[in-house]
Amino acid sequence: MFSLDLAVNAIVAGLLLGGFYAAVTIGVTISFGMLDIVNIAHPAFIMLGSFVAYIVNSKFSVDPILIGVVMTPVFFLIGMAVYEIYYYAFERRGEESIQGLAFFFGLLFVGEVALILVFGVDYRFVEAPYIGLSLHFGFVDLPLRMLIPFLVSLLMLAVLQAFLGRTFIGRAILAVSQDRLALQLMSANPSRVKRIAFGISIATASLAGALLIIIQPVEPSIGRDYIGRIFAICVLGGMTSFPGMLAGAVLIGIVESITSTFYGPSWAPAVAFGFLLLTLAVRPAGILGR
Amino acid sequence: MDAGKFWIVSFIVSLIFLVLTRWLITNEYFFFAGYQVLQFIVLATAWNILGGYTGYTNFGTGAFFAVGAYSAVVLHKLTTLPVPVMMLTGGVMSGVIGFGMGYLTLRLRGVFFAIATLALAIVAQTLIVNWDYVGGSRGIYIIRPQHAPISGSYIQYLYSLMLALTWISVAIARTIERSTLGLGFNAIRDDEQAAEAGGVPTLRLKLIATTLSGALMGMSGAPLPYYVTYLDPASSFNLSYAVNSVAMPMIGGMTNWIGPIIGAVLLGTIQQLATVTISSALNLLIVGVLLIGFVVIAPNGIVGLVQTRWRARIR
Repeated sequence: MFSLDLAVNAIVAGLLLGGFYAAVTIGVTISFGMLDIVNIAHPAFIMLGSFVAYIVNSKFSVDPILIGVVMTPVFFLIGMAVYEIYYYAFERRGEESIQGLAFFFGLLFVGEVALILVFGVDYRFVEAPYIGLSLHFGFVDLPLRMLIPFLVSLLMLAVLQAFLGRTFIGRAILAVSQDRLALQLMSANPSRVKRIAFGISIATASLAGALLIIIQPVEPSIGRDYIGRIFAICVLGGMTSFPGMLAGAVLIGIVESITSTFYGPSWAPAVAFGFLLLTLAVRPAGILGR
Repeated sequence: MDAGKFWIVSFIVSLIFLVLTRWLITNEYFFFAGYQVLQFIVLATAWNILGGYTGYTNFGTGAFFAVGAYSAVVLHKLTTLPVPVMMLTGGVMSGVIGFGMGYLTLRLRGVFFAIATLALAIVAQTLIVNWDYVGGSRGIYIIRPQHAPISGSYIQYLYSLMLALTWISVAIARTIERSTLGLGFNAIRDDEQAAEAGGVPTLRLKLIATTLSGALMGMSGAPLPYYVTYLDPASSFNLSYAVNSVAMPMIGGMTNWIGPIIGAVLLGTIQQLATVTISSALNLLIVGVLLIGFVVIAPNGIVGLVQTRWRARIR
């Protein structure tokens, strides 16, 4: 049965969801799109972010978003360490392709199994004053549980966009993504720039994980559902641009939301994959690409 | 040894192994565990045809494997066909999926193929979860026939089938390795542009590799419903199949047909022991950690380590 109320609510919910997806994807847009490091373990770091938020929140009842922000330096260091291993084991030897992929795949799997060993497979959630409340505009519902992650995500996107465009390091990161050799000729060290950039990409997982556990209860293996989504959005958005990524994220969010409203939530995971295959087959440059 | 001789010799070796194990070993658990190890040899060998020879990573082993298993479930509900026919059907289904995936993504960089296969597993699982005829997310019980078509218990029958499939896939892998097809695969792995420029029909070869690899995975999945007697999406699409089939060739060595066998026997046995003595979550952790350790420290696997030592000794 089709009703306008339901459709408008589905689209609004999809918009909010899409904004959140942008926060989940931004790390991969940096690592995969700009640095050419195929970090398929990114969802594992997001899960780690969720569980850190869960532990601190349940012990000290601190706001999860605050935890996510405070933990970013720690995740930044973890990211730098992972890049260091990746650099010495694969990139320097020029064997980044298949072994490098297997390395990140191993990290994804180990991360998931380790979290299961520690926390079990129960669903965990956080407590915050705004979870459960919602705003009403006519027949449109805006649950704060979705609205706040949406706003925080947009804020993070704006901050990172400004960082990349305005600061010296940010411009150096863009330079690596555009032409690594030219950067070397300018006597800058690409691997140092990449280490910082990869650290930033993992740091975003801290906040994205905190947002995730606000939106829905979390158990270690749900990170897997995000792999298809993240890469579909990244490819849809044309790999390197943040505005393109946001457009892709919102598109997938809305289509998923409509799918789960009208066909049932168990079909939603297939949506992102359909988009991914379609984009790869028809328009590999992404929706905003040339 | 040329290809024909290898087929015959490996057949005789498999036959002797089959007769010896079934004659000497009376403990049913051996066949139960042996089936799993053999299944992993098939999966690792199949993965290696695409991953090791051609250089394209497939993270969707679980999907191909489960498609084989669920094809068998459908056939089981509709017909009374023998298991070998189900294996063939499962192989055809997974082969077609492999071909389709390859056709859509293989013209791009290899990374996209890897990501698409990773997502394929999730989508195939979504389809099965929503398909009530094969049990949906509740899973489905399969009642084994009372008697195996050959003498011995049903598990022994499945074990014998899996051994036959192991023989076929290893012999196929060895044949490819020494043929012009294998040379073409290796050319793609080493430098795809150069291969294309040198007149290698890269897209066609890649499609052959994905189809063949997918088909073998599907065939190894088809007897699964009879082996476990209860099949559900969460366990048949388990990520551990993908991790194992990536880890085994990586740990054994990817350039040689013997590498996946070494890796599968080693990891398969360790996992059987760990599952029985410690816990099944921990044994998955072991596989993951071994995978990371090997790709970082010994990227050419055990075969690579042996080869370097061999060469050093000759000098």
